[in-house]
Amino acid sequence: MDITTQKPAAPPAPGPAAPQDKRAARGATRPGDRIFLGLSRGSGIFVLVLMAAIAAFLTYRASIAISKDEANFFTSFEWNPAGSPPEFGIAVLAFGTVVSSVIAMVIAVPISVGIALFITHYAPRRLGGAIGYVIDLLAAVPSIVYGLWGALVLVPNMDGLFSWLDEYFGWTGILEWNGGAPRSLFTIGILLALMILPIITNVSREVFRQVPRMHEEAALALGATRWEVIRMSVLPFGRSGVISASMLGLGRALGETMAVAMVLSPSFDISASLLDPGGGTFAQNIASKFNEATVMGQDALIASGMVLFVITLLVNGAARLIIARRKEYSGANA
Amino acid sequence: MSHATLSPKRSSLRGATLPKWFAWAVAAGSLVLGYGISAAAGLHSDIQWALIAAILFVVGSYAVSAKVEGARQAKDRTATSLVWVAFILAVIPLASLIWETVKRGVKVLDGYFLTHSMGVVADSEPGGGIYHAILGTLEQVGLATLISVPIGVLTAIYLVEYGRGKLAKAVTFFVDVMTGIPSIVAGLFILSLWVLILKMGPSGFAGSMALSILMIPVVVRSTEEMLKLVPNELREASLALGVPKWRTILKVVLPTSLGGITTGVMLAIARITGETAPVLLLVWVTNFINTNPFQDPQASLPMYIYLQYANSGGSGAAYDRAWAAALTLIAFIMILNLVARGIARWKAPKTGR
Repeated sequence: MDITTQKPAAPPAPGPAAPQDKRAARGATRPGDRIFLGLSRGSGIFVLVLMAAIAAFLTYRASIAISKDEANFFTSFEWNPAGSPPEFGIAVLAFGTVVSSVIAMVIAVPISVGIALFITHYAPRRLGGAIGYVIDLLAAVPSIVYGLWGALVLVPNMDGLFSWLDEYFGWTGILEWNGGAPRSLFTIGILLALMILPIITNVSREVFRQVPRMHEEAALALGATRWEVIRMSVLPFGRSGVISASMLGLGRALGETMAVAMVLSPSFDISASLLDPGGGTFAQNIASKFNEATVMGQDALIASGMVLFVITLLVNGAARLIIARRKEYSGANA
Repeated sequence: MSHATLSPKRSSLRGATLPKWFAWAVAAGSLVLGYGISAAAGLHSDIQWALIAAILFVVGSYAVSAKVEGARQAKDRTATSLVWVAFILAVIPLASLIWETVKRGVKVLDGYFLTHSMGVVADSEPGGGIYHAILGTLEQVGLATLISVPIGVLTAIYLVEYGRGKLAKAVTFFVDVMTGIPSIVAGLFILSLWVLILKMGPSGFAGSMALSILMIPVVVRSTEEMLKLVPNELREASLALGVPKWRTILKVVLPTSLGGITTGVMLAIARITGETAPVLLLVWVTNFINTNPFQDPQASLPMYIYLQYANSGGSGAAYDRAWAAALTLIAFIMILNLVARGIARWKAPKTGR
């Protein structure tokens, strides 16, 4: 500020002071700048306040519920918050959420990376563009439609796969099927995989597309095959992007509500077999139990939602840390 | 083919290569073989023989290629075939999703369906429509957009144009975290604040607030990306002419990136239009027309689909309506997407490339 008032006519002389400080100081003198900076900074702060408020209010309501809970909140298999005494626990929900998301990730991540590579490096240019476009559109298909399709089309078609899995892998116990309707965690995993495929594919594709052409051409010039080009230049460059894409997908799978609520036939027990109907997820349980919940029941659901919130926070935070660490030596943010 | 005639004599520089039709031949062969095996073994699921064929394709092309072309080429072929298999595996169910929705949706989708509510129609009977649901969705999404766009765009401007230091880092981090908030958690937050603490009833506006929590981070991220694309020379040129920074942002930076921002906003709208979970908690659903988003439950397209599915008791008429509403919803979202992309292309900064 001093500099500009002392030398009003001349442009600021290049001095030893950092140019950014000078610009900031000069910007703050104009009222328009001050208002605009205030508005935009205020919006930024609002986002922080919003996050803090979400955490605070969820914790507050959850603490009300948990303090009245007579069972162990983390290990109990009960869900009876309206009873006296109220008893509820999240063991079944945590198990179902983790299992279905893991199945979804195991299926979706390799396939998505495959499709992203297909679009960017394998398909003819026109075809790749068209497919990318379609996948973009599919990412926008709402979960309720996936749920409707899952319940009315996918479930009736799962019998064959289930009996086949039971026949050859039933001895493991994990894939044993007793002939119940295939509304199980395994089906949910497949449906979730389909739902997160477009998202992971989209983000991975964008990352693969940004690989510097020179890297690829250098590899090609050394006589590398297409796969070697991908392994040596595309995948190392895109790794952090693929991780963040997968985390995005995982976040969506963990919190997916309606599709799970429409397809799963829930129950409050853990079955050793993934093919048996039953189990539940945090989000599905909230949607299914909300209608008949009392205020105490709603608080209990909020408590379980709080756990889901913390899990997604951890997943996202971990993803950010991984990406931040990779960035330092990948040169991606040069 | 000319290569094939030449290659035996010039084998010193070029390794043996398989002809182009090789991959197609293996694919066709493994399809036939996969179908044959499953027919012989009495498997009757489409998924099974397709999986067998896929495995045969990958293994077959590796084996032949390893023999003829060498290990490196074989690995390359394996990768190629795996990528193709991944693509086909994913496309089949996704195509089925679209196909089934269109096929089953067009049955009852007509002018009557779009302009009537479910007011006097029982869930198990045919008839009725989605007018009330369309109205509710438009109002809720419109309100959410009104809340989130200013906040989102301003936050992005702060991050790109002003943001340095700890605050900007924190905002960037938490916007990223916010992107991952499950929609049901956003709904629960508004539930705990608006319904349980402030004792407000269900309304479209409560749903809009939850939807804007989901929308803000999307708007911030896409706007941020677009603002970063604006060449620094433009800003410097404007600043060098003595234009204040805020006018530079409003008159130079924002217009340059307007197309991209519009696209981002429309994509964000498309994303929240189909959200069901927060609406389930906060807006509920009704069979009647409610034009006031600030009072009483409102219908919305996603909740309409859910209601027709869940309360139908397996009635065909209700399922038909659910599919038709799903088709309407998808069509709406697709149109938004297409228009957004059209704008992006139309408004794209003219570069030399």
